[in-house]
Amino acid sequence: MTNDEIKERIKAFICQFIQNVDIPDDEDLFASGLVNSLFAMQLVLHIEKEFQLKVANDDLDYENFKSINAITDFIGQKDLNSETK
Amino acid sequence: MDLGLTPEQIKSRKRFSDFVDEYIAPVADQNDRDEETPVELIKKLGEQGFLGAFIPEEYGGKGMDMVTAGLLCEEIGRGSASLLSLLTINGMVSQAILKWGTRAQKEHWLPGLATAEKVAAFGVTEPDIGSDAKSVETTAELSGNSYILNGRKKWISYGQVADLFLILAQCDGKPTTFLIERDTPGFSTTPITGLLGFRSAMLAEVQIEGCRVPEENLVGRPGFGFSHVTNVALDHGRYCVGWGCLGLAEACLQASLSYTSERKQFGTNLRGHQLIQEMIADMITNIKATRLLCYHAAYLKETGDPGMIMETSIMKYFASRMVNKIANDAVQIHGAHGCGSEYSVQRYLRDAKIMEIIEGSNQMQQIIIAKSGYMNFRLEKRKK
Repeated sequence: MTNDEIKERIKAFICQFIQNVDIPDDEDLFASGLVNSLFAMQLVLHIEKEFQLKVANDDLDYENFKSINAITDFIGQKDLNSETK
Repeated sequence: MDLGLTPEQIKSRKRFSDFVDEYIAPVADQNDRDEETPVELIKKLGEQGFLGAFIPEEYGGKGMDMVTAGLLCEEIGRGSASLLSLLTINGMVSQAILKWGTRAQKEHWLPGLATAEKVAAFGVTEPDIGSDAKSVETTAELSGNSYILNGRKKWISYGQVADLFLILAQCDGKPTTFLIERDTPGFSTTPITGLLGFRSAMLAEVQIEGCRVPEENLVGRPGFGFSHVTNVALDHGRYCVGWGCLGLAEACLQASLSYTSERKQFGTNLRGHQLIQEMIADMITNIKATRLLCYHAAYLKETGDPGMIMETSIMKYFASRMVNKIANDAVQIHGAHGCGSEYSVQRYLRDAKIMEIIEGSNQMQQIIIAKSGYMNFRLEKRKK
């Protein structure tokens, strides 16, 4: 899956939660107060189901989830790691 | 669409039901009066593998499917809401470790929690912090390769007997979760008695005074203690409570059906009076509606659907409101008998009230459910 495809899917998911549909790809979702704390786990579940990945202890880094770009890179990297295993 | 149970699930439910009828229901009122759960009963739950219902087999649990585990919560809730809370909190801690713990933490803690060799408690609530959980005042400071924790927790179910506590604290202002063992120097508990409901759930206040906790007991990462670790636990807690409300409501219904079939007034059984029939009809209908919500939440959980968080919240909210109405009517039907200690319905009513408060008060559920409604409304409008 290309990064663009991942990004589109993530945007589609996030747009459900945020009124402003034009969120910049590098906007900090959590710092800007755009989402609530429940969203954090909903995002984890979405990533796991949509991309067939397991988000675990080692992945708990704010840098992995803070923006659309960050989430896209995180999924791309996880995907790559699982393919090379 | 098949909403029926599989033959295996029916068999499991019978086993749970038989256990409750033999070991839990007959002693539930006495345990309520004694404000205690006998250790032998906790051990029996462990021997049956009930405390490991949600823990995978590779960690010593039973790895039940979500419907079967829900049926277990229902049956235990039918026998004793207090005892259900043991299953709930043990499960909440187990799920937090299972999802966000390290491999070593899972291997070290889960087998014991699955068999009741260790009992877990969940420490978020504090004397001054309830719904605003991410603002807990307990602190954790890094000191070498340990953390030093200070603070107080309150209303901790089974805090009097738990061996292991999952504690939410602020670490440099970031919500963070830690596992603390009872025998940690500086750690102590004080029983809380005289509660309205959950009287045999052995609640305690917890004092954490300079407890040194090794860094390998940190669950998740600093800053993720509320949003990820606590929320996994609370979602699980709501799931157990929702199913437990179903069982408690069933107990109210059975008690009411039995009482109205025997009690005579104005020359006829109470069951012959239409105002009684109205209450019975509402009980039956609301129980059926709750069951469907429970099945739906189970399906979403089984498939890992992100919608499960919201549907579990809706299910818990509906179930806890439903059981309060039903328990209230059950006492009403029993009249003065329902207020006395000879009948269990007064315990059911007291326990039902607690269901509206624990694992996120109903007001917190209302806020998130309403927000979700507006979100869906906006989405539908955008599609058109």
